[in-house]
Amino acid sequence: MSELLHTALYDLHVELGAKMVPFAGYAMPVQYPMGVMQEHLHTRAKAGLFDVSHMGQVIVQGDSYDAAALALETLIPVDILGLGSDRQRYGFFTNDAGGMMDDLMLANRGDHVFVVVNAACKAADIAHMQANLTGVTVTEITDRALLALQGPAAETVLAALDPKAAEMRFMDVATLTLAGVECWVSRSGYTGEDGYEISAPAANATALAKQLLAHEDVAPIGLGARDSLRLEGGLCLYGHDIDTQTTPTTAALNWAIQKVRRTGGDRAGGFPGADTILAELAGGATTKRVGLLPQGRAPMREGIALFADETGATPIGTITSGGFGPTVGGPVAMGYLPTDLASNGTTVYGELRGKRLPLTVAPMPFTPANFKR
Amino acid sequence: MKYTQEHEWLRAEGDIIVVGITEHATTQLGDIVFVELPETGTTVAKDDEVVVIESVKAASDIMAPIDGEIVEVNEALGDNPSLVNEDALGAGWFFKIKPSDPSQLDGYMDEAAYNSLIS
Repeated sequence: MSELLHTALYDLHVELGAKMVPFAGYAMPVQYPMGVMQEHLHTRAKAGLFDVSHMGQVIVQGDSYDAAALALETLIPVDILGLGSDRQRYGFFTNDAGGMMDDLMLANRGDHVFVVVNAACKAADIAHMQANLTGVTVTEITDRALLALQGPAAETVLAALDPKAAEMRFMDVATLTLAGVECWVSRSGYTGEDGYEISAPAANATALAKQLLAHEDVAPIGLGARDSLRLEGGLCLYGHDIDTQTTPTTAALNWAIQKVRRTGGDRAGGFPGADTILAELAGGATTKRVGLLPQGRAPMREGIALFADETGATPIGTITSGGFGPTVGGPVAMGYLPTDLASNGTTVYGELRGKRLPLTVAPMPFTPANFKR
Repeated sequence: MKYTQEHEWLRAEGDIIVVGITEHATTQLGDIVFVELPETGTTVAKDDEVVVIESVKAASDIMAPIDGEIVEVNEALGDNPSLVNEDALGAGWFFKIKPSDPSQLDGYMDEAAYNSLIS
């Protein structure tokens, strides 16, 4: 693994007994001795600490917040200008065909936009912003780690370090003092649980992580459980559930595009692929991302072809994420289906080891979201 | 008890052989969430894929270690696949096979040889 990059927490992961695997160019912990299943259940019951420092942290700064927001709105079909101070929002970069180049989080931090992007896409995302945004500076923050503290105990744990943590609502951002250092904190995450993401100076990240882990309710959680948590939460994994071939409407992400950017809105369009995206927002798309519950116990994973019936020769769709959901207690999946077969309750068939096995189209999330709104 | 290179164990019960996987294998696989077993009465050949196990991470195949007839499968794994993690050498067994050529067992490792393989 000598060619892989290390996050600031690498030594701590090794010390904690993590199994390290290559992920997006980094050596990352896929699991700790607790194991994926228990790590998942622990996060939903108490709190899990995740190292997500491989993700890209970017500051987009203009003459004002509004200037930076308006610049970003030329690449992202989301209301960034209208995002309140100290508030955060989900979004994505789109391409000229209306596909998605990456999904991301955007925060209004007063005089700049703080952007968090996926690790595998961050170099391309930064180049994309630098090439296409005028009048702003795009700066990758490389001297800060990113931790996620997720689960019902997260508030109690973090508020013990800085009581202001308890005052934040879902999707608020704030600057907190944790373990004696300034941290940029959002009340969000990617597990379907309440929790926080914490950008901390890399030099202090291990000390902060150890302080959080010292709480009896907090356990370190690897990428394996992160994946099953986000899948149960119905959340898309870029490069799997969404990519350059999927549009916001096919991906069932219409909710992320506010009215002000849609046809008839004050700042309608003006982003790559607007013609396609606005037309689909108004008229729908022919395929749709849906939740799928295999009717048996066998997990049905990414890449499995979906069929309308037990005998049809032509696949109608594909599973894009799937596996065992520890909280659900059975297999869960998501994938794409023709819109006319995408209603909840519809039975479709996945081909697994030569057999057609039934799945039911089901609403997501598969586990209730526990956000503090 | 005999062991295969694929981390299966084989235990004689009279003229029947019980087959499962070792604790070393379950540690490598992680939490097992699904086991697909063969039908009782199936005749299988050595190296046929007879069992599919799914862990939280991935699917793996278990091959028949010998030729023979499947005479019993561990139905308890259908509702409780985690028995394989909890008791790999006992309650987590997969199937029982009646060998058609018992001499096929001779090529497999004893416990000492298996322990040196995984050490």
